[in-house]
Amino acid sequence: MKVKLKIWRQKSGAPTGGFRTYDVEVVEEMSFLEAIDVLNEQLIRDHEKHPEGPVAFDHDCREGICGMCSMVIDGRPHGPRPGTTTCQLHMREFVRRGFRDGDTITVEPFRAKAFPVLRDLVVDRTALDVIQQAGGFVSVSTGAAPDANAIPIGKADADLAFDYAACIGCGACVAACPNASAMLFTAAKVSHLSLLPQGQVERTQRAIEMISAHDGLGFGGCTNHNECEAACPKEISTDSIARLNQELLRTLVRAH
Amino acid sequence: MELKAKIPSGPIAEKWDKHRFELKLVNPANKRKYTILVVGSGLAGASAAATLAELGYHVECFCFQDSPRRAHSIAAQGGINAAKNYRNDGDSIYRLFYDTVKGGDFRAREANVYRLAQVSVDIIDQCVAQGVPFAREYGGMLDNRSFGGAQVARTFYARGQTGQQLLLGAYSALNRQIGAGRVRMHPRTEMLDLVLVDGHARGIITRDLVSGEIRRFAGDAVLVATGGYGNVFFLSTNAKGSNVTATYRCYKRGAGFANPCFTQIHPTCIPVSGGHQSKLTLMSESLRNDGRVWVPKNEADVGKDPRKIPDADRYYFLEERYPSFGNLVPRDVASRAAKLVCDEGHGVGALVDGVRNAVYLDFADAIQRDGRETIDDRYGNLFEMYERIAGESPYEVPMRIYPAVHYTMGGLWVDYNLMSNVPGLHVLGEANFSDHGANRLGASALMQGLADGYFVVPYTLGHYLVSMHRGTVGTDHPAFEATERDVRARIDKLVGLKGDVPVDEFHRRLGRIMWDDCGMARNAEGLQRALTEIPALREEFWAKARVPGGGPTELNPWIEQAGRVADFLEFAELMCHDALYRDESCGGHFREEHQTEEGEAVRNDDVFAHAAVWEHAGVGQEPGLTKEPLQFEYVKLTTRSYK
Repeated sequence: MKVKLKIWRQKSGAPTGGFRTYDVEVVEEMSFLEAIDVLNEQLIRDHEKHPEGPVAFDHDCREGICGMCSMVIDGRPHGPRPGTTTCQLHMREFVRRGFRDGDTITVEPFRAKAFPVLRDLVVDRTALDVIQQAGGFVSVSTGAAPDANAIPIGKADADLAFDYAACIGCGACVAACPNASAMLFTAAKVSHLSLLPQGQVERTQRAIEMISAHDGLGFGGCTNHNECEAACPKEISTDSIARLNQELLRTLVRAH
Repeated sequence: MELKAKIPSGPIAEKWDKHRFELKLVNPANKRKYTILVVGSGLAGASAAATLAELGYHVECFCFQDSPRRAHSIAAQGGINAAKNYRNDGDSIYRLFYDTVKGGDFRAREANVYRLAQVSVDIIDQCVAQGVPFAREYGGMLDNRSFGGAQVARTFYARGQTGQQLLLGAYSALNRQIGAGRVRMHPRTEMLDLVLVDGHARGIITRDLVSGEIRRFAGDAVLVATGGYGNVFFLSTNAKGSNVTATYRCYKRGAGFANPCFTQIHPTCIPVSGGHQSKLTLMSESLRNDGRVWVPKNEADVGKDPRKIPDADRYYFLEERYPSFGNLVPRDVASRAAKLVCDEGHGVGALVDGVRNAVYLDFADAIQRDGRETIDDRYGNLFEMYERIAGESPYEVPMRIYPAVHYTMGGLWVDYNLMSNVPGLHVLGEANFSDHGANRLGASALMQGLADGYFVVPYTLGHYLVSMHRGTVGTDHPAFEATERDVRARIDKLVGLKGDVPVDEFHRRLGRIMWDDCGMARNAEGLQRALTEIPALREEFWAKARVPGGGPTELNPWIEQAGRVADFLEFAELMCHDALYRDESCGGHFREEHQTEEGEAVRNDDVFAHAAVWEHAGVGQEPGLTKEPLQFEYVKLTTRSYK
């Protein structure tokens, strides 16, 4: 099948860029990133015609778990298929959705104030790590742990904690949010740890520290659009944001 | 090369305790004076960096991804072994030790494996305390499942995302130390060389992958935890960025590389669908707990809808060949059996290059027995992943699977203290060679990475610093100057590649050579062929490859890629040398010349009960060989049988 890829090109270190459209021949079994691989090989071979060179993009595991890939495809972070990272999106999905030979697919980087574009589709998401460094942990040093079965944890709580812990830190929630907020990302970690007995001691402090870090990094606030949940490749629920607010409320109540 | 394994004396169960007592300690006030460089932020690297910082050392940690959370440990699915015996089914430290030595086909060091089994129990405790949400039973206790090569259920898991949850646990511990200023993290930074001062590892040269800046880092010790080299095959289950560069550069600076030919081919991966394939995806081994592996008995049925093939016309080859372990035989055995039935013409699935290379993994019986909900609970995310890639639902149609390169047991040689033959250079996790012998059992990689990082190197590193280390050096030392010059010259050479051929094409061709001649089955003739083809391909690479994307002082993923492929093009030769030298079959190394009539591996313990450790002698030169003899005092050398 023939596809026109309309891709955001931005030079390394340049303040902005623009779209270029390329024709690529692909097959249905290909993943979306493999289609870009094909395009890049083409651009390398045709280097005289294409001095702009191949397209830089982030990717690593290509199994939907490392969170490295980060493209906005036809206006949606990670593309049209719900609960799927860019790397797990296959060309057959476009066909399933009525793609016709020669149609255009638009590809842009994740855009947010806190995610500066480094080159083409590559953005800097270091800010997400900084939020975690502010409190996304249980303060237990190696060697200080009791026996793993000493504290029973109900299956329901453990399962729910897992649902929140499944966040891959890709930042699609930020890219989808009209406020470029990382609230879902932050809330997922706060919810994961506050559901477990191990996370109780630091639960209030953790929520405050992580939110303060979040607000200081250029992310916007949450105004309940729920776009984040729709874009999340791990389908993390915005219930977590309610839980985060609950944690913050606890602090206020305690403070007075 | 002089290799001192430094295995402590005494009964095996007491070696580690005794050794820990005998190791010298660094005074708490002195720890902060030491800077430790940790390269890699996977399970081994992140756990080591966090733990060393907790102890008071100053740590600089490096990873090539944009965040330490993305290291490839994150993709491990199935679980982590620990000798907790929570199931009361007869497990013990000794049994985990025994299974691991036997599973490794008697090519691992007994003392290291015993220690691994000992600390396995502490790992689970530590991870639970960090908030790792392991699977639990309704009573709140931890759940377990069984894995290949074991007859007890000792595997702890977090759905099909155990590696992710364990890595995020280590990442959270690392974050705590970064936040506290005790670890300085360098993401998007690649180690390009090791700096030696008076023969000791005293620093590294890195490239900032955003700015292109070449930087020097001096440290009192260097810890390399950069994973395995499976991507030498181009197609593997490794992440696209996984590479051999850090360990290979250490090798070129004098570190011994042990058993490089020991490669694990994992039996349950999604088959290749065409020439565009950029990587392969693993389906967790845990699926073999409930899935039954089969192929059609009749060659005429290979293209048929599998649901329409009656039971009598199916060949459940693992259950028939290995009745006591059935579908749960170790990975090397399962992979070879699958290859064998496909080679005999029973393979199923799409025709790729004229052959059908896949077998069925069927859940129909399990769904009927346990209900769809139970199966969904166990494997839901894996089934979804399969459906996204293969376009079929395993609830309806049997999965198609085929073996793929997954893990490399070989690695830099280390002694009992995880130090290489280069003083100060410590090697952790998949990057070292010590614990898995010629075949790794499922759920043991996560265990080893975390054991090395949380519970071994934090003890042994101090001993090096107190007893062998010789004063701090700065980055103005001439050795840094000289090594940086080498790094810059190499980058200039790569940037100067202005042919017409994309680097990927060379990588793909190298992968084909390695898969055909140094893959699941090897023979002398094929290996000799590979040893002439690889240097020719390398020459072609330097003559015709193109490194696009502008200069070296900007974000340029193609410089990184070309550097890694250039290293694979040299390293592949080392693997083939080792595979040719090891004239026996053991574990994942199957030499066709050495097999039983039924196609089982035949070891030669008289000649090859040793680790083959290679020393660099120049590119294209035959490397030098030193042997570390392996003594089996506790697990008797026997022929592995899973029948």
